[in-house]
Amino acid sequence: MIVAKRKPFAEIKEMLKGYKKVLNIGCGTCVSVCLAGGEKEVTILNTEIDMTRKLDDEPIEIQGHTIERQCDREYLAELDSIIEEGQFDALMSMACGVGIQFLAERYPLLPTFPAVDTTGLAVNQAVGWYEERCRSCSQCVLGYTGGICPVTMCAKGLYNGPCGGTNKGNCEISNEQPCAWFKIYERLKGQNRLDSIKKINAVRGWNDQIPRNLVQPGYKKPENALK
Amino acid sequence: MSTETTFKSGSNLEKILKSGQFAFTGELGPPRGTDVNEVREKAKFLKGNVDSVNITDNQTAMVRMASWAASLIAIQEGLEPNYQMVCRDRNRLAMQADILGGSALGIRNMLCLSGDHQKFGDHPDAKGVFDIDSIQLISMVKQMRDEGKFLSGEALHGPPQFFIGAAANPFADPFEWRVHRLAKKIAAGADFIQTQCIYNMEKFREFIRLANEEGLTDKVYILAGVTPMKSVGMAKYMKNKVPGMDVPDDIIKRLQGVEKSQVSQEGINIACEQIEEFKGMKGVHGVHLMAIEWEHKVPEIAAQAKVLPRPTPE
Repeated sequence: MIVAKRKPFAEIKEMLKGYKKVLNIGCGTCVSVCLAGGEKEVTILNTEIDMTRKLDDEPIEIQGHTIERQCDREYLAELDSIIEEGQFDALMSMACGVGIQFLAERYPLLPTFPAVDTTGLAVNQAVGWYEERCRSCSQCVLGYTGGICPVTMCAKGLYNGPCGGTNKGNCEISNEQPCAWFKIYERLKGQNRLDSIKKINAVRGWNDQIPRNLVQPGYKKPENALK
Repeated sequence: MSTETTFKSGSNLEKILKSGQFAFTGELGPPRGTDVNEVREKAKFLKGNVDSVNITDNQTAMVRMASWAASLIAIQEGLEPNYQMVCRDRNRLAMQADILGGSALGIRNMLCLSGDHQKFGDHPDAKGVFDIDSIQLISMVKQMRDEGKFLSGEALHGPPQFFIGAAANPFADPFEWRVHRLAKKIAAGADFIQTQCIYNMEKFREFIRLANEEGLTDKVYILAGVTPMKSVGMAKYMKNKVPGMDVPDDIIKRLQGVEKSQVSQEGINIACEQIEEFKGMKGVHGVHLMAIEWEHKVPEIAAQAKVLPRPTPE
């Protein structure tokens, strides 16, 4: 899933400076599961903002609303009437970067501010602990790396590791960070597949250097697609 | 390796190694500023005492004078540079541009490295490039040199002439992998290898034994890395803080066993004993002396190690 963490409160407060009526919109999918931007987090943040602004003698009217998914027009639509009636002077989103942008695009006349920093595609290791596993590079190499991603997990993103900095199975950057290539080596050795990394992996073309557009086979963009 | 008379780069280092003589290379870190005299001062101690000098490329991810620029100053001072290039700071366009420029201006040796992670340096939040990795860099330089083609496959006019070097760390985990990685670097096109600083001789002997067994030492020249210990503190730091470094307790004990004023001499003694062993070790073709911020000691170390005078091939 996509994981995010809430921005530092001071940064959020600074963004909202001068705005008097704000709608904070949560997202009920990934960021809700990773405890960053669901209904509960919207309520907590709104309370903090409300209290701080009162103390500063700059009261704000802040409302909250959480929808199922901010990356889907179908769910965003339910905000139309709320936003029209509310006469807000700004919006805030606790969704991931994708959701925030889709929201901002739908209401182009209203300033829209992010309340979270999106931190990646991660697995849920334990409650509250998420580990990044994919950089969505558009060219999956997991087939020859034993199901461990060097693009994400190797601090240098090497394709022919491990480098000389491997330190007792950990990365040179930290004893807390396992070396991706050490793990790849161990896993492939266990599968008797070391030949897979003994050959040189040639230079690759990076497929993530321009904005990516995906249209699945058998589909096409609708002619009246929104620009 | 058998002696050869055809040259890929014509560098001094290549000629010495191909003539079957034991090579001795040094290292020079460019200054953190524009003071050319800093380079000239260090060069003085290296000239005539080493066959080629590695000019480091933003080593430990600290910004320094560009490696190619310091390499050119080294040439002016009568030294032969071994131009280091790391994958951390440049993409494939910038790398190829620097390779062409370096060769055009007379640099003939190049060492291809991944580079220390930017986290260690003075700009820890910099974006690490790593567009290609060190093994891919070796292949790229070889393709440019031998096929006259850019990485893209397009023809280039006037191929660069480099004797291509790579690093090897026999002490990083997993140990069994290190010989495979060496084989990959040779397959990619490395002409010579300079190893990480060696302190654990037993492990290094085993590494070379495996490399000999695989026939790798017939395909590449291996220069064993030596860094004399200046103090007990340095030895402990290398042991505990430098990733991929293997400093046995015996070394620390030996340094601790002499009078404080004699510790650095003892460090040099250890280094010279190592060099003596490397001279006779099958599969080792030279020594790379990394006397970090200790360039003024190089003449003394070279003399004690009995590697002088250096050959002067024509």
